[in-house]
Amino acid sequence: MEKFVAVKRAEDGQPVRYLIVDDSVFARKNLARMIESFGGQIVGEAGDGVSAIKEYERLSPDIVLMDITMPQMEGIEAAEKIVRNHPGARIVMVSSVGYQENIVAALQRGARHFVQKPVKPEVLYEVIKYVMKDESTPARGAGAGV
Amino acid sequence: MRMDLIQPFINSADAVLAQALESPVSIEDLSMEQESYRRHGIAAEVALTGEIEGRIIFDVDLELAIQLASRLAGIAVAETDETVVREAVCELANQIIGNAVTTLNDQGFHFHVHPPSLLTSELGGKSSEDTEALVMCLSTSSGKVFMNVALLYHRRRSKERHTVAGISRA
Repeated sequence: MEKFVAVKRAEDGQPVRYLIVDDSVFARKNLARMIESFGGQIVGEAGDGVSAIKEYERLSPDIVLMDITMPQMEGIEAAEKIVRNHPGARIVMVSSVGYQENIVAALQRGARHFVQKPVKPEVLYEVIKYVMKDESTPARGAGAGV
Repeated sequence: MRMDLIQPFINSADAVLAQALESPVSIEDLSMEQESYRRHGIAAEVALTGEIEGRIIFDVDLELAIQLASRLAGIAVAETDETVVREAVCELANQIIGNAVTTLNDQGFHFHVHPPSLLTSELGGKSSEDTEALVMCLSTSSGKVFMNVALLYHRRRSKERHTVAGISRA
């Protein structure tokens, strides 16, 4: 996989911490590989919306990558509940179901961005940089350089 | 069965598979089917509910499923890694059907897609007159993919409803 300039947290220069939420183990591993190529750290994974809320409370990640179609509780509802308790939460929806109505609903409920599956690493990387832009800067040559 | 409901599934399967395999995909065959679906390889089923109801079976030849799993995982996956291969097929089904649903929703068809589940039985559900299934066979250099699309359309799109209402009033 292509290597990217590592994205670090602006406040302490540490790797960005991610929570990956998807009911497919395969999709989680795939996203994890991409995140590692961005120099990020996977702090947790969850397979449904209910677990995602619990894991967010426990781990306080910098970014959540959240699927939409999941059992028990879907991603948009989970995102809304997380943002209600943590207005600063950065949640990026990652789903194959990307119709306009769904995207608008996700953004209205607090998600910061949307990435459609199949995920292209270069697209996700740009979204991560955008979402983290106020608090992080690309650390040129650090770790996973181009 | 309405082709405007089917076309997005064909386009999406073509695009997602071609991207995953980095090689062209061709449609080998399209046929209507009312018999029970007979599984070919590793298969996942996705249910749809709402204005459009039904199910789609995404069925991949074993050899191709292993190749797709390896490409998506970025490592060589063996035939014995059954869980990984099955997960890969479910994820591809999710991507293909999700992308098609995206197109249909943006065209005004409102319905909900459910998470994929693995189809382990040899025979799938039988189609009825209302939910006659369209079976498409897509050919790749490493094997075939079958998609069995059985959908029931409940309501006209709002635009069509208005058009029909306008005609009846005239």
